[in-house]
Amino acid sequence: METWKEMIKDQVKEELSEFNPGDTVDVHYRVVEGDKERIQVFTGTVISRRGSDLSASFTVRKIGSGGIGVERIFPLHSPFISDIKIKKRASVRRAKLYFLRGLKGKAARLKEKTQYK
Amino acid sequence: MIGLLGRKKGMASIFDDGKLTAVTVIEAGPCPVVQVKTPERNKYSALQLAFDPVRSNLANKPRSGHFEKAGVKPHRILVEFRDFEGDHKPGDVLKVDLFETGDRIDVTGISKGRGFAGVIKRYGFKSPGQTHGTHEQFRGPGSIGNASYPARVWPGKRMAGRMGNKRVTVKNLRVIKIDSDKGLMMVKGAIPGAPGGLIRIRKTGPGE
Repeated sequence: METWKEMIKDQVKEELSEFNPGDTVDVHYRVVEGDKERIQVFTGTVISRRGSDLSASFTVRKIGSGGIGVERIFPLHSPFISDIKIKKRASVRRAKLYFLRGLKGKAARLKEKTQYK
Repeated sequence: MIGLLGRKKGMASIFDDGKLTAVTVIEAGPCPVVQVKTPERNKYSALQLAFDPVRSNLANKPRSGHFEKAGVKPHRILVEFRDFEGDHKPGDVLKVDLFETGDRIDVTGISKGRGFAGVIKRYGFKSPGQTHGTHEQFRGPGSIGNASYPARVWPGKRMAGRMGNKRVTVKNLRVIKIDSDKGLMMVKGAIPGAPGGLIRIRKTGPGE
């Protein structure tokens, strides 16, 4: 890392849980309403990760009510993300799972990652 | 007025109040004072600052003498700042800690040269459009004047030509962070020129 880039280091979250495209995650996002603050959980499949340093972001896709697909893009190092929990890991063969947008129901499932001993 | 010389290091983004914000990192100073100009002697008041030390064989004799007088090693760059605040004498070294987080600054530099640029890039003219039968005129300026009156092109008509590589000042930037150990300073927004370009920083006001 170049010396001057260390100026942004203090905001990089080092202890981020490792997750990859295909994984199903719970994103705990702090929402400020007026003077109150609560945590909203967005659950879905990670379909893309992009960027480096502080500007890195990831996209989570879920099927909302009425079978409508909902995608949300989160800045990876956002101070509003309080936690990212991995619920399931899937084995996928590409980095961007945009093909899921064209699939629905049973076809939109991903093969779960087998755990080897 | 408070000012300093520096070099642009590069851009990055940080979270400012939860929002991802574009910032520029500047290496500011150290700048030794080489000469103090006073109204009595020079009819105006200014501080002459040096930046970027060089090997002594790179400074010619008049320059070497000038630096020697102030007890400063030869530097590549010498710039005057008018009406500098505070009491300084030749040999003093000014550093980033002249500035504080929240300060408002103006940054002057040389913008990136764009070469001979067309009217769309240079002045933001609207493109004539790429479809609907457009031919041989995809990025042109269109008409540049009338016929029998004035039967000539008005002076100052905006046309294609050399763009950039000019002195540009960006005003009212906010200082986000200072790292006095490394001599670095972080400001919100963009500043003129490429990384490594020479930059003049002027303090214009305190923060909110």
